[in-house]
Amino acid sequence: MKSGFLKRLSLSVFGAVLAGSVFAGAAKAEDLIVYTAVEPEELTGFAKAFEAKHPGIKIKWVRDSTGIMTAKLLAEGKNTPADIVWGLAATSLLLLKDAGILEPYAPKGVDKLDAKYVDGDNPPSWVGQRAWIASICVNTAEAKAKNLPIPKSWADLTKPVYKGHIVMPNPASSGTGFLDVSSWIQMWGEEKAWKFMDDLHKNIGIYTHSGSKPCKMAGKGEFPIGVSFAYKGAQLKAKGAPVLTVAPTEGVGWDLESFGLVKGAKNADAAKKFADWSVSKDTNVMYNDAYAVVAYPGVAKPVKFFPENLDKKMIKNDFSWAAKNRKRILAEWKKRYDSKSEPKKK
Amino acid sequence: MSAAEISVTSEGGSSRWAKLRHVGREAWIMLGGIAAILVALVAFLVLPLYALFKKSVEDDKGNYVGLVNFQEYYESPGLLQSITNSLTIAVLTMVIACFLAFLYAYGLTRTCMPFKKTFRAIATIPILAPSLLPAISLIYLFGNQGLIKGLLLGESIYGPIGIMIAMVFYIFPHVMMIMVTALSTTDARLYEAAEALGTRPSRVFFTVTLPGAIYGIVSAAVVAFTLTITDFGVPKVIGGQYNVLATDIYKQVVGQQNFSMGAVVGIVLLIPALFSFVIDRHVQKKQVALLSARAVPYHPKPHKARDMAFLLFCLAMTVFLVGILGTAAFGSFAKFWPYDLSLSLVHYDFDKVDPNGWSSFFNSLKMASMTAVIGVVVIFLGAYFVEKGQGFARLRGFFHMLAMMPMAVPGLVLGLAYVFFFSVPENPLSFLYSTMAILVICTVIHFYTVSHLTMLTALKQIDKEFESVSASLKVPFYKTMFRVHVPICLPAISEVMMYLFVNAMTTVSAVVFLYSADTKLAAITVLNLDDVGDQAEAAAMAMMIVATSLTVRVLHGLLMRALNARHSAWRTR
Repeated sequence: MKSGFLKRLSLSVFGAVLAGSVFAGAAKAEDLIVYTAVEPEELTGFAKAFEAKHPGIKIKWVRDSTGIMTAKLLAEGKNTPADIVWGLAATSLLLLKDAGILEPYAPKGVDKLDAKYVDGDNPPSWVGQRAWIASICVNTAEAKAKNLPIPKSWADLTKPVYKGHIVMPNPASSGTGFLDVSSWIQMWGEEKAWKFMDDLHKNIGIYTHSGSKPCKMAGKGEFPIGVSFAYKGAQLKAKGAPVLTVAPTEGVGWDLESFGLVKGAKNADAAKKFADWSVSKDTNVMYNDAYAVVAYPGVAKPVKFFPENLDKKMIKNDFSWAAKNRKRILAEWKKRYDSKSEPKKK
Repeated sequence: MSAAEISVTSEGGSSRWAKLRHVGREAWIMLGGIAAILVALVAFLVLPLYALFKKSVEDDKGNYVGLVNFQEYYESPGLLQSITNSLTIAVLTMVIACFLAFLYAYGLTRTCMPFKKTFRAIATIPILAPSLLPAISLIYLFGNQGLIKGLLLGESIYGPIGIMIAMVFYIFPHVMMIMVTALSTTDARLYEAAEALGTRPSRVFFTVTLPGAIYGIVSAAVVAFTLTITDFGVPKVIGGQYNVLATDIYKQVVGQQNFSMGAVVGIVLLIPALFSFVIDRHVQKKQVALLSARAVPYHPKPHKARDMAFLLFCLAMTVFLVGILGTAAFGSFAKFWPYDLSLSLVHYDFDKVDPNGWSSFFNSLKMASMTAVIGVVVIFLGAYFVEKGQGFARLRGFFHMLAMMPMAVPGLVLGLAYVFFFSVPENPLSFLYSTMAILVICTVIHFYTVSHLTMLTALKQIDKEFESVSASLKVPFYKTMFRVHVPICLPAISEVMMYLFVNAMTTVSAVVFLYSADTKLAAITVLNLDDVGDQAEAAAMAMMIVATSLTVRVLHGLLMRALNARHSAWRTR
């Protein structure tokens, strides 16, 4: 009697194990594995639009912040399961190109894109999709309650009145954080930029992992001012949060969400179809839902609640400089600010 | 009696060869079994760790550079600061948690306060949640918009204070359970003697109670220290700019793409974990001789003032433990914190904020089930071979040593080691990379030691005569194993399965470097959601994990009750 019970138990155990391993191994041939740093809430929409056009392909997103996706790709190297890197900073794609991970490919219709947003090589290793642009999110309700003036420039943020009220993304993990630091150095030169960051550092409450978190924290009033990017502020405002998006007067940093095919991808054909779809006009119209600057000329319309003239404030961004200096800048930044509690050493 | 006689004769002299001939095939099966599990432990524990060590002495390009990375680490003040921070946090948390847990356990074991069973159950609540949960709750409670932030007197919750409070919550059950064991194993005769001599209660406490429990307290302290220094979720969420070793590894690897340095920090993190592991082993060896066979169990006598005091203390701890969980639940239901606190389910619509939202939850269910099922089979067999196996003593000793190793390896270090080992295309095992299988394997290994020890304890209670008898009756060992050992060990098997399942649901550290598009887990989604600032959704997903773990715990409890009813028959005459 007991052994009968055990036999059944062990049978069902092994059945479960077998079933489990079968499920785990059953990846469909038409799965397209996409590594991305695009805001997660946008991804379902993009996948639906693409899959409607190509019903045979199913997109599998792997999403994290820019720094993490870059690190993951570099770690996995040629063994990466990714078929395509999509919506990652151009600065990072340059690093991936140098590491030999990208497969050059000219998507159908890439010639229609603004040439300055596409890799100069022919065929290009990476193709820009749209620009995300730095901005400051201010919680107007909390600012009023705490008697904080609305900041207008980057320089304003170093005023003592803001001490402890500002959050900013850590550039080591966040693409937004990195484009801020990179833009300050490109605008003002090393010495002045680091001096500015020294002063800003005194006012920072915490540094966050991702670029959207400062804006969300500002939205909740956890910290009234968040250094973030324009889309997040506009989106929160549209949801009813008391958030004002400010484009600092000195100019704003930006980076390109871009894609590149992975060398030796298992689903190379699907990846190419996805690349072709990504440069099409319709898709660029979709990009415009959230971002004001897209690679397809003449498509972009102003986005609601975006700061005015934001695109005119975009600095002249040198991607190859940013990519080449990324490691050094991050090391310097980390040395200066990464452990806030650390006593100052002279 | 006859069984013992047979076994004695079969051990001795000429009949030994006769026996070996019969046992030959069985011995091969047993050797095969040990070898298979041994090979698995080498492939999934030793070799990845070797890959980690190798990585730490290489540069970006994979060239051997000796100790250059370690020197660089030593010279960077920020990283050294992390060591100080980690040690400070770990020591303070250890002291606070041990103090609170000791009082709590004292209340449970040495007083006559009411509701002991309830208090005991409440104290284990934190086990059901990922360590991210208390950190998220503390932000709701003490953040700049916190409900009761005034209690912090202007101090910020982002930093050491937040890490310590969240850690005390997270490690409390582990520490408390060891304290309960330590305080339960005492000899009442010592107290009778003390009473007869008219010793003051405070003197009794310091001369009898504390010395009797000291090994348990040291053990609890070691566990508290190790759990704190190796946990990644809490400082990630609430640490602010207060860097600790665990977050350093993550930042080095994901933020700076510096794998060699990540490996170096990993090895630095191994040292305190290894150190406390050795202390713990040492202490546990000593503890064995503590209780004599003539010891009399201690039964507390009612004492109004004392019982009242401990009741109040345990109530306060209950408010703390339930309050943290309740805050996360409330945060997950509040529509738009802090401006609109009306309740809604909107934050449970995970797919809206993350394309892998709900699917990650089901992945976790699948991963946890597979870990529990596969893990329990492997761990049971492994423990069986160690405890009941015959011959190959050296091999079994080596295997036992390997089985103890995972305890000393922090999850983050294990996960990173897996990346270095399995992502290399030349490795024949690289096909496992980014599959569900590697998450299951990693999790089984991560929680191997405690499960192994639980099984070992259960198997030790079964008399060796069973094997002797069945051997003399020429019943192969595996039949005896299935007919005798497995049924008797069912409570332990169920215990281990629950332990593996709950830990697989809540773990973040080991799998954070290993998940892929198809295999994202719920606890990682909590981390990701918090990373992008979706705090309410993060709290909601953490609550889903708690609910699942709780369900499994309840099922385990029901199963245990049924088993007890069924199996107590053979224990009674």
